[in-house]
Amino acid sequence: MDTNTSILSIKNIVKHFDISGGVLDQLSFQNGKIVRKKTTVKAVNDVSLEIKKGETLSVVGESGCGKSTLARVVMGLYPPNSGEVLYKGERIDHLTHEKMLPFRKKLQMIFQDPYASLNPRKTVWQTLAEPLRFHNPGINATAVEDKIASVMEDVGVNPAWKGRYPHEFSGGQRQRISIARALILDPDFIVADEPVSALDVSIQAQILNLLMEAGRDRGLTYLFITHDLSVVQHISSRVAVMYLGTLCEVAKADALFATARHPYTRALISAIPRVGEKKAKHIKLKGEVPTPVNLPTGCVFHGRCVYARERCVQEVPKLLSLGDGTFVACHGVEENWEMV
Amino acid sequence: MSHLLEVEDLEVKFALRGGDLTAINGASFTLDPGEKMGIVGESGAGKSVTGFAIINLISKPGFISGGRILFNGEEISSFSDEKMRKIRGNRISMIFQDPMMTLNPVFTIGTQMVETLKAHRNISRHDAEKIVLEKLKKVYIPSPEKRLSQYPHEFSGGMRQRIIIAMSLLTDPALIIADEPTTALDVTIQAEIMDLLQELCDTDEMGLILITHDLGVVSQVTEKMAVMYAGKIIEAGATDQVVTNPAHPYTKGLIKSLPGMIKPGEDLYQIPGMMPNLTDIPPGCAFNPRCPVKEPVCLEKEPKLLSTKQGIMAACHMVGQ
Repeated sequence: MDTNTSILSIKNIVKHFDISGGVLDQLSFQNGKIVRKKTTVKAVNDVSLEIKKGETLSVVGESGCGKSTLARVVMGLYPPNSGEVLYKGERIDHLTHEKMLPFRKKLQMIFQDPYASLNPRKTVWQTLAEPLRFHNPGINATAVEDKIASVMEDVGVNPAWKGRYPHEFSGGQRQRISIARALILDPDFIVADEPVSALDVSIQAQILNLLMEAGRDRGLTYLFITHDLSVVQHISSRVAVMYLGTLCEVAKADALFATARHPYTRALISAIPRVGEKKAKHIKLKGEVPTPVNLPTGCVFHGRCVYARERCVQEVPKLLSLGDGTFVACHGVEENWEMV
Repeated sequence: MSHLLEVEDLEVKFALRGGDLTAINGASFTLDPGEKMGIVGESGAGKSVTGFAIINLISKPGFISGGRILFNGEEISSFSDEKMRKIRGNRISMIFQDPMMTLNPVFTIGTQMVETLKAHRNISRHDAEKIVLEKLKKVYIPSPEKRLSQYPHEFSGGMRQRIIIAMSLLTDPALIIADEPTTALDVTIQAEIMDLLQELCDTDEMGLILITHDLGVVSQVTEKMAVMYAGKIIEAGATDQVVTNPAHPYTKGLIKSLPGMIKPGEDLYQIPGMMPNLTDIPPGCAFNPRCPVKEPVCLEKEPKLLSTKQGIMAACHMVGQ
């Protein structure tokens, strides 16, 4: 398999949400005048990523950094304000509902909460048959049965349970069913948004193994969204670190965990609690996380960065290549400041 | 010196239509002043119920059906509600998972904190505010004077959890029970909160019971730990020992299944199956259907929590005692 061609390109994606509400909510008094002001959440700001065929790219970051928004833009669930999403060279972000259909078969999504993502009034069979019949009109009944049985077997759910409802299953089994629903259309590309965060530790391992196995057997490409860095280290080929809607670092997983360059990535990695390690020597960040409503000027991280200098307040750092597949957006890394 | 907290054979049941459900089945442990203990387990293992039982906050249809809880030598499990209110939130504080659910959204931080203090002590508002400010400083809230008049929604998640901690410190408790205090928070914030809790235990000789599912956190913060499974403590001992050299097959599996324990990309170790529902716990050892080393005896006899050669306690027939 050619591993160098990108299957999905994200180009300069910007996604802002208007949260100002109705006209009356937007009005306020300022200096004796009535002014109308709009409030927008700047969730994703100019993010570009190439995802190569067969790899697992993880997007990590803390809550509110825009990682889930990015995933939803990729899936076409949110239209981006600007920028492009290309699947195998074809632009898919501005397509009409009908034109998008063939791509929906190829791009599938797994959600975090298996209690919320399965329809409680549908049996497993109905949940799995619906996408299959919708995307393959005219498929005959035996083909549907065979496909459902084989996918259920693949994800480790007994096909004899196809008549059961979601409430009859445990969290781990429900997540298996969500995975089956994503796999049943034989996709190429899967966006997994925190697929194991809601599960217990012993169940997490089962689901991660299942995802890795499906990836290997079917040659899937994953865009994995998570905040759990030990999971990221385990499953990813490459990692993109996000902070307040922008990318700070993109690197191969082993390189990132061995020598993280961006100060934020370093703080993030040092904060992972590891079993058997006494007293964490984690890097302390100063200040508070700013809101994506009022983004700081310059580098979005400057308010919390101990190395920040004048340039960081003034100028937005660009994501620059350091060779070896590592990209970092930091003036300090670019100018080789001493950062220990 | 007597223990700060002694839990002896604690048993908690829930009265359900089909009969009583045993949520905790004979849990025993002790905690000394300044000691930090972790209780780990999967959801439904009974770890939170243990925390609630200590401060007698089990709500109906649950009830403590057996055992004793001694706090500073006094049997608090037999206290009346009125007497218990003098202990709860005063000598023993509890911190919960979600800070937004714990704080009242319609009152300012200052009002809520002063109210808590006035409920336990007979002091003036002015004096209470002084203590509130001192505690907010202790948890490193910047410019606490200004923050007093703000509402919970004006704080970030990490700040809110700090306020909860400050609130639990108001009455200088001897014991804090923290139930998943950082599960809703990001890793960098989690590290800060854990540092803070550790620091408070060390400087104020405060006991800490940390209830969590995160073995990493327990391993970094606590000195001793107990692992719960299906309502029972199945392994207990010094944290270092338990995480590096566990005796019980469940703990072994749990630690082995963590990503980070093996080379990236390799299949993770997985414990087959799932924890049984408390309504149908298998006979013998509750872990036997998932156990890789089970023998016929495990299906018949329930193992007792006994000392092992390594100096920890484990409830398993297959561990050399």
